[in-house]
Amino acid sequence: MHAKRSAFLKAASAGCIAAVLAACAPAADAPPAAKPAAQAAAGFEPAPAAVPRLTPAQYRATVADIFGPTIDLGGRFEPDLRIDGLLAIGSSGVGVTSAGMEQYDAMADAIAAQVVLDKKNRAMLIPCKPASDKAPDDACAKAFLSNVGRLLFRRPMTAPEVTAYVAAANTAGTKLNSFHDGLAMSLSAMLSSPQFLFRAPQVTKAAGGQSVLDGYSKASQLSFFLWNAAPDAQLLNAAQKGELDTSKGLERQVERMMASHRVEAGVRAFFADMFHFEDFESLRKDNLIYPMFSRREAMDAQEQTLRTLVDLLIANRADYRDVFTTKKTFLTSSLGAIYRVPVVNDRPNGAVDPWQAFEFSADDPRGGILSHASFSALHSPANRSSATVRGKAIREILLCQKVPAPPGNVDFTLVNDTTSYKTARERLTAHSKEPMCAGCHKITDPMGLALESFDGSGAYRTTENGEPIDTSGTLDGKKFNNSYELGLALHDNAAAAACLVDRLSSYALGRKPAKGETPWVAKLKDDFTAGGYVVPDLMKRIATSPEFYRTVPPAATQTASAE
Amino acid sequence: MSKLQNRRNVLKGIMGGTAVTVGLPFLDAFLNTNGTALAQSGAALPTVFGTWLQYLGFNPGRWIPDRVGKGYNHNIELKVFDPFKERMNVVSGANYFLDGRPVETHRTGAQIASLGGIPTGRDSGPSVDSIIADSIGTRTRFRSLEVSLMGDRRSYSKRAGAAVNPSEPSPDALYKRIFGPEFQDPNAGEFTPDAKVVAKRSVLSAVSDQRHAIMAQLGASDRARLDEYFSSVRQIENQLAMKLEKPAPLPACHVPGAKQEVQPGEEVAQVSTNTKLFADLLANAVACGQTRVFNVFMDAQGARKPGSTNGWHGYTHEEPIDEKLGYQKEVTWFILWANQVCADFLTTLQTQKEGAGSVLDRTLILWQTDHGYARTHTMDNLPVMTIGNAGGRFKTGMHIPFAGDPATRMGLTVMQGFGVSMSAWGSLSNQTQKPVTEILA
Repeated sequence: MHAKRSAFLKAASAGCIAAVLAACAPAADAPPAAKPAAQAAAGFEPAPAAVPRLTPAQYRATVADIFGPTIDLGGRFEPDLRIDGLLAIGSSGVGVTSAGMEQYDAMADAIAAQVVLDKKNRAMLIPCKPASDKAPDDACAKAFLSNVGRLLFRRPMTAPEVTAYVAAANTAGTKLNSFHDGLAMSLSAMLSSPQFLFRAPQVTKAAGGQSVLDGYSKASQLSFFLWNAAPDAQLLNAAQKGELDTSKGLERQVERMMASHRVEAGVRAFFADMFHFEDFESLRKDNLIYPMFSRREAMDAQEQTLRTLVDLLIANRADYRDVFTTKKTFLTSSLGAIYRVPVVNDRPNGAVDPWQAFEFSADDPRGGILSHASFSALHSPANRSSATVRGKAIREILLCQKVPAPPGNVDFTLVNDTTSYKTARERLTAHSKEPMCAGCHKITDPMGLALESFDGSGAYRTTENGEPIDTSGTLDGKKFNNSYELGLALHDNAAAAACLVDRLSSYALGRKPAKGETPWVAKLKDDFTAGGYVVPDLMKRIATSPEFYRTVPPAATQTASAE
Repeated sequence: MSKLQNRRNVLKGIMGGTAVTVGLPFLDAFLNTNGTALAQSGAALPTVFGTWLQYLGFNPGRWIPDRVGKGYNHNIELKVFDPFKERMNVVSGANYFLDGRPVETHRTGAQIASLGGIPTGRDSGPSVDSIIADSIGTRTRFRSLEVSLMGDRRSYSKRAGAAVNPSEPSPDALYKRIFGPEFQDPNAGEFTPDAKVVAKRSVLSAVSDQRHAIMAQLGASDRARLDEYFSSVRQIENQLAMKLEKPAPLPACHVPGAKQEVQPGEEVAQVSTNTKLFADLLANAVACGQTRVFNVFMDAQGARKPGSTNGWHGYTHEEPIDEKLGYQKEVTWFILWANQVCADFLTTLQTQKEGAGSVLDRTLILWQTDHGYARTHTMDNLPVMTIGNAGGRFKTGMHIPFAGDPATRMGLTVMQGFGVSMSAWGSLSNQTQKPVTEILA
């Protein structure tokens, strides 16, 4: 028996299959014509909606929600593509490669086998028994497939789709003399289908004649944004009843979803994307140089930052800019070894929790996410620190600024011997004597040099090769003397908060907002500033914006990025 | 009646009279007794194409051969390739053209080498290997196989669009992918088509049949993405079709035993060890008819020796030129090391015997790099190499100076040599209509 079951499963196992099926039944009629929920920003022009491919986390969440969390996918996803700073945008630019399809196919087979061929799971998940185990039973197949299909496709299946998948189960069941083998194959095909793997939005007309996402597409966009998961039964039902087409109904669902613990998964997914945490998968450190930094510490480092963000931004509804200065965090004993602070796992009642809340003292050089190993170790090569790489990361990831690529055919004769220099500052100063290089290094290096007080594993240091490290510099005119003051400079830099709005709105849409949508983004930025930079309020604002659901039908010449 | 017809009838019988349409791989591929040619046609074993993309170039003055044309001698940094000299070509003086675009260091050169130009947006055309795979790889289980030697999944192999064919960094995972439970041993005595495979093919058509309905809802660029998806579904269908056909025996195919990889990573010992395992797997994959195209990506930037606080890329910019030697000592160590890794790879292909010949004999590998001289990120005077003659389709043993011509000339040449119908390749200044005719047999 699974430890935790989805609402669907709970209902099914409690004998409420009929009720679940009724709740999930396809809409007989189209929802009533939508009224415009509210006024869009002046000058707003909508753009074609993105067609994102499910991310690995969304695929996993969907399977866990429908079939339970213990289903083993048994495969590996092809890597996501980062475009314009986000994997979420890249997901709207990729197809599926042959290697990727092999994996989807293998995972689909594995999932279907566990759901349909495992007798215990079958008893809970299939709402009917076939007339014979050895022959197809179209009625039972239809009951199961149309129900599951609604959750997988995030909308009721069309009649031709139901017919096709039931026929597939029938054909395979006949060939194999087994109802369940046929059903498993049909389910597997559904899990490999474009309707499941891609979120293709359906466009409809609102009462005012504007093109908007239909109710189910709204539900998907909303759910993947707030929860990083497919819509649950309640949201699908709201879509079916047309509730998402009224501002009141939409707000009710947004309130419900924002109040749910599942919003934490959504916030984590967004920041993991914005902060490039997928790079942790291939992060390796030279264990002769950084013996304390192993895979374990790498995993803990990203978890430290995600916990800090969730606690600060969601639980405490703090000012987003405090992420650059907060002294509060969570540590494990492994991270404590890198940070050289004691972390005790034992709790008063004898339980062991590897994660402990921790607050760095006011005079501790650490504070803010720049001092987390998730920043200093992630943005460093395996065997050293890199002021340029870290400075570039601050510009591009936290401020949404593009650092130009280095020039070709560089003449390095002025910097022939940099190995005699002891510190990164000396090396980079010499490097910047070359005028071709100086321009860009000025953009990146001053901030990166402030972080030189953290080595390639994130450990604090005051010297490099015996020489004191000078961590002073300026960020866009604001002076700082150390990494903590760099955090303060970022806190006060208007680009940091604006960057978050740009990233979050792009993440929600699965694409960069088009030119015509900039009035909406500008309004979001104003509201974010006026409201004290509260992230859940920004999420709610996006989720309830009429602009978020406005679109135009895809043009034959449409480009996916609609820039 | 042909053997094919016989086999179809057998299948039909087994499947209870259900019409079975199968895309038959290697239809006529029954080898003669010594395993070098197809018994029916007498044709040679099918050709194989590989790419080797190795970052960070060579040292100026230390790799260009001593004379032009045939009978050249390798310069010091290419000496390790001496055993293959008669079967390779070395191009010097090739260029990548930027046309005013910035150099995304190490990336731009690799894009021009693989795609023929610098993409203007997220999408690009297909890479050389994909174009060749579309010509020669459609009837193998894997259209192509990609490996990365440095522990990551990046790759420059792609079809049109944005998605790249991900590299496999782990020899263990590649072993499972090729020789795991899905592998059909061509030399297995008994063959019984699996009824589940037949059923699965029919079910997958439920997916393929939705093509029209979903495409109608999409804009042009999203249709292109879904096109790639449906092509990949077709590849799965082809794989199923192949499982329904008794594979033609391949006497040289021996399923290799699983070998223990070392943790994939960038330390030189990790790379050397795992590359040997990759070489063995790819050679066996070819010998067992599983693929005819492979890509090896050596993003050598992070290559490092354990305990050293610098690596190959860092040294290229920070190491002084040794006054006595006239070159960067550490950088040169890495160049020689990487070339040794490549030479070992070739040796493995050569020792994978097929009758009187070897896998290398029917292969051509296109070796390219990102920068001519990594220290200064140069995009000119680039080395390009080909190794192998693809069963006699290419002439070898030459040093060919390009004198500033685009490096894409060699890409065009190999595509033409592998039978791709193409008269020009590349974009803007990287476009060429001038194949290296002297190497086309």
